[in-house]
Amino acid sequence: MSELILLRHREVAGLNQLKTYIADGGFETWKKVVTSRKPEEVLNDVKASGLRGRGGAGFPTGVKWSFLPNNIWPHYVVANSDESEPGTFKDRELLEFNPYLFIEGLMLTSFAVQANDAYIYFRGEFSQIAKKFDERLAELTAKGLLGDALFGTNYSLRIHTHLGAGAYICGEETALLESIEGRLGQPRLRPPFPAVAGLFDKPTVINNVETLANIPYIMEKGVDAFRKNGTEKSPGTKIFSLSGRVKKPGNYELPLGTTFRELIFKHGEGIINDAKVKAIMPAGASSTLIPATDAALDTPMDYESTTAIGSPLGSASVMVLDETVNISRVINNTVHFFSHESCGKCTPCREGNFWMSHISDRIESGKGKKDDIELLNSVATQMQNKCFCALGEFSTMAVVSGLQHFRADFEARLES
Amino acid sequence: MNQLLKKFPEEINRILARYPIDRKQAAVMPLLHLAQGEEGFVSRTALQEIAEITGISTTEVASVVGFYTLFHDAPEGKIRLQVCTDVACDLRGATEYLTELCEKLGIKPGETSTDGLITIEEVKCLAACDKAPLFQAQIGDEVDYHENQTPARTIDWLRSMSAALIGTPLKTISLEETKPEEGGSHE
Ligand SMILES: Cc1cc2nc3c(=O)[nH]c(=O)nc-3n(C[C@H](O)[C@H](O)[C@H](O)COP(=O)(O)O)c2cc1C
Ligand code: SF4
Ligand code: FES
Repeated sequence: MSELILLRHREVAGLNQLKTYIADGGFETWKKVVTSRKPEEVLNDVKASGLRGRGGAGFPTGVKWSFLPNNIWPHYVVANSDESEPGTFKDRELLEFNPYLFIEGLMLTSFAVQANDAYIYFRGEFSQIAKKFDERLAELTAKGLLGDALFGTNYSLRIHTHLGAGAYICGEETALLESIEGRLGQPRLRPPFPAVAGLFDKPTVINNVETLANIPYIMEKGVDAFRKNGTEKSPGTKIFSLSGRVKKPGNYELPLGTTFRELIFKHGEGIINDAKVKAIMPAGASSTLIPATDAALDTPMDYESTTAIGSPLGSASVMVLDETVNISRVINNTVHFFSHESCGKCTPCREGNFWMSHISDRIESGKGKKDDIELLNSVATQMQNKCFCALGEFSTMAVVSGLQHFRADFEARLES
Repeated sequence: MNQLLKKFPEEINRILARYPIDRKQAAVMPLLHLAQGEEGFVSRTALQEIAEITGISTTEVASVVGFYTLFHDAPEGKIRLQVCTDVACDLRGATEYLTELCEKLGIKPGETSTDGLITIEEVKCLAACDKAPLFQAQIGDEVDYHENQTPARTIDWLRSMSAALIGTPLKTISLEETKPEEGGSHE
């Protein structure tokens, strides 16, 4: 295994305690940056590092920061701690066991774009974590690491928490902003993009927890050290959340570009009962179902290579399906998920997911007719490119690919 | 008189201070959490009081309650036992776990036990997929995770909670058959 950067708490016990984090060199970078570096230097370093967003889309982080206009103030930074994609459980580990690394990353990001207020949006289920964060933030303020006129400079920073209350769509960045503003979590029309008119209509950077947790390392060890791991276009390490039919599910921090085979068979120790692996969903429920051919297993998990075999890497929540799993049941589960989580704003997603659940239920209960398979496919393909936000698109991916590659599994369920 | 404001003046000031002064509506969700922590659900009165504090209509506050699954507008069981049966958990036996648990407790998902202790709910991914089967327990506004579960283990926990929360032993149909199990790897 390579060096642990994000999951360093597995090597240093008690890293979620402030004194341990500080004893380990924590917040030194923060102090150094605020007292001796310019905001644009931080931005340029992060740009040069090639760090890409770990929340799903893989957009270059430094580039995203550079979109904030310098003639509209204040700026805000929002940390996306909504982690709700089925199969994803990496941010939760960071928030519980290495929280200060993430906080330091959020601080450095705020400094880079000269935001004086930052918000952490926690999913409602993380209420205990959020409560703990309120204590941590108060302690940091008491210690002078947060607050007004930091280290005698004229830079001030406050970090606030905001707790959601159960809605997957609030992970989508504009729905998240609506939710902070006290409204229903429904996505906004773009443009304007959040970088120009985001939280409270002001320029806003939104980044995932894991993305932010990479920043202190880049600022402390430098761009080259960061680029040592990963590939040219997907540099750095990534936490892969491995779940499903593997012997050892869990989070694994590995260089981007590690193959599926290595993750599943080396780190995950292979499939339960040594069954045959059947399919992979690399981006949780929002994935395409990729048949587990040798070529697929040998594909490097970086943003380009995974997309090339048919699915975005997303937040790298790798769900593994083996030969004991019927794909119709998996699809039944994902369509119910999206049907439940559709925010209801646009018709194709709201109605489409309702109907897909209905048809899939019929197939699963053994009452489906041959035509139902075609009908399911037709609803899914008609929804594509018509939904207001990406959730609607995501909801069709497993359906269409599942029917394409594993039709026999659906046929086996039909009324005989 | 606004009871919420009277009861939590400092807490409410702290909440309001997190947002720009002209953006009081942003305090809606934290205030709903506060109210729910008190009563276990958001009452009609609380809706009105929150509307008053944030300067929006009661209907708007009610629509927020309706949108988010963790806000409730009616009292149910003291413990909302929420089992994840989403894809990754289903692949590791969560659906079977839920079915067996429901059988033992004699209630179905969505139902509340007659003693008012437990409401069972089926929920979506809780970001702990490697520790399935699991549930979260929502008590008031507190949420706790319980990972690597078996029905026996869950019943055992419910037994201890029953005494603490409603002061009577846990009543379930097939309790006698359920022996408490060895600890396992709960963290
Ligand atoms: C339906 C939907 C759900 C999402 N859920 C999350 C989430 O839970 N956490 C997250 O960080 N990003 C999520 N995203 C991506 C965010 O919209 C956004 O791209 C991300 O937070 C940006 O941060 P990054 O550039 O650091 O990845 C979701 C997107 C969509 C469309
Ligand atoms: S695609 Fe679905 S989630 Fe997105 S806006 Fe439309 S209804 Fe809402
Ligand atoms: S799928 Fe159940 S916790 Fe993630």
